[in-house]
Amino acid sequence: MTATPAVPVNAADGPNRQSSWLRRNRIKVAPWLFLAPALIFFFVYVIVPIIRSISISFYKWDGLYQADGTSNAEWVGLQNYINLFSDDRFYTALYNNVLWLVLFMLAVPIGLGIALFLNQTVTGMRFYKSMFFFPFVISQVVVGLIYGWFYNPDFGVVGSLWKLAFCEEVVNIVGNLRTVCSVDPPAVLESEDYATFAIIVAGLWPQIAYCMILYLTGLNNVSPDQIEAGRLDNAKGWRMLWYVIIPQLRPATFIAVVVTVIGALRSFDMIAIMTRGGPGDGSTTVLAYYMYEVSIGEYGGRFGYGSAIATVLFLIMLVYISYFLFRMYQDEKGQ
Amino acid sequence: MFPRPIEQTSGGTQIAYKTLLPISLFVWLLPLIAIFMTSIRPAEDINRGNMFGWPSGFNMIDNYTRVFTESNAVQYFLNSVLITVPTVAISVSLACLAGYALAIYKFRVALPLFFLFVAGNFIPFQILMIPVRELTSALNMYDTVQGLVLFHAAFQTGFCTLFMRNFIKALPFELIESARIEGVGEFRIFWHLVLPLVRPAIAALAVLIFTFVWNDFFWATVLTQGEASKPITAGIRALNGQFVSRWHLVSAASLLAAVPPVLMFFLMQKHFIAGLTMGATKG
Repeated sequence: MTATPAVPVNAADGPNRQSSWLRRNRIKVAPWLFLAPALIFFFVYVIVPIIRSISISFYKWDGLYQADGTSNAEWVGLQNYINLFSDDRFYTALYNNVLWLVLFMLAVPIGLGIALFLNQTVTGMRFYKSMFFFPFVISQVVVGLIYGWFYNPDFGVVGSLWKLAFCEEVVNIVGNLRTVCSVDPPAVLESEDYATFAIIVAGLWPQIAYCMILYLTGLNNVSPDQIEAGRLDNAKGWRMLWYVIIPQLRPATFIAVVVTVIGALRSFDMIAIMTRGGPGDGSTTVLAYYMYEVSIGEYGGRFGYGSAIATVLFLIMLVYISYFLFRMYQDEKGQ
Repeated sequence: MFPRPIEQTSGGTQIAYKTLLPISLFVWLLPLIAIFMTSIRPAEDINRGNMFGWPSGFNMIDNYTRVFTESNAVQYFLNSVLITVPTVAISVSLACLAGYALAIYKFRVALPLFFLFVAGNFIPFQILMIPVRELTSALNMYDTVQGLVLFHAAFQTGFCTLFMRNFIKALPFELIESARIEGVGEFRIFWHLVLPLVRPAIAALAVLIFTFVWNDFFWATVLTQGEASKPITAGIRALNGQFVSRWHLVSAASLLAAVPPVLMFFLMQKHFIAGLTMGATKG
């Protein structure tokens, strides 16, 4: 399997005889011709910008150029990174990113739970599966709007349910209808304590759907023999799930964890739509949003500082990327 | 099959399961149902504060038409299409070529290059933001549809190449070997032999990239400003300001923005899921 037999040289084929250099080396040259367009594109728009962002992070720069085309940037060394240490907002963003990471992981077990619930062959099951998956297809902007609406204390679902439980309508002396509540409905998105959690719940909605579909596919491929063997050994319910099913779902779990980590660290859209980083002093901000705000937001213009934040986020992500590549490398070697 | 098929359980459990299904679906989609109900209410309901009760009338067609007649939504939709379709075409074609090279040829840097594409996929957008914005301006493409297309195509090429390479790698290599022995040229092998075989992968990638790019919001806010190039995701935010407290229109507009990817999903469900769950079964 390892050593591929040499391709027989068919020198007898007439037309190929006056072989040019290109012809003789075509197996060596061809891959580069196939790769060139994608590589050039990818270098220009992905690799070079990463290097450039890291280098901008060592400058103080408002993003502008002088008339003669030289940039206003001023070398400050590690100053931007040193400033991060005394920036409260940076700590808030970092803390919120950790919250996102930890709570987003709930998508994995919940997704598995729903997948187990739906892994049946009752009539109409296909419909149920696609409807449960539905939230993933919708743009995060729309999800953000839907949940902003959902949480609204005056007329959203949360507010309305709250009123059912804690409020009653009374007619005052003038004859106007008024709602009196024993406890006012919570304005979750306006509370510094709860807003981040509310956004994470909204973010979990499509993420759970994604994990669910991964597990449904995984469950489809669980070997029936092993389940039968497990049943013969009297494994049932939780024991069966833990000792027989979950080990076989490992590839699905791996991918679910990877996409969930990336989703958590990339969170931007929902924050931009639901709270714009507020309320208070950026209480729902995360690194991705803070970077945007500092560089091109309303009071932005600090490109160097923004790049330093982006670099920190990049380094955090790099830990996961390295782990993922390491796992992939082992798979490749195994093949 | 796990859990035990419901048909094998007692009658009571079966009935319980079948009643629980629609209820759980209702709860799961409650936010969506609520916004849909709002989008078909007449304006009087909104003014009177009747947001949750039974609508006093059904104004679906009227509300949804208004979104188009009273705003720039048509332009936003057109922009989204002009951004999404070329991006899909470019990134999938480039990935077919690159994936073929990385899967078929055994050269030393094949694996490192492949990993580069994979890693590029996972990086946070913010590390690209400032330089890509500069580059787009330098190309005179800031605030244009083309500027967004070029960036999206380049970025999505990473994911597409990962997908294509793994797909082509799983094809029987003997096919290509025997074609080589026959003396078929490398490009002809790619074009006549491999390309027809990767059609399912092309379909899966096309629907996935369509959805990803259609739903993009970040790059739309970073690389565009005006009405002429804004896609629908960024447009909804503008509509939100324009339709202040006319919630029936805001919600109708939000739902409309979700229609193309949803249609794509329901029409191409098999390919969509095959694409998303790649790798979830082996490894």
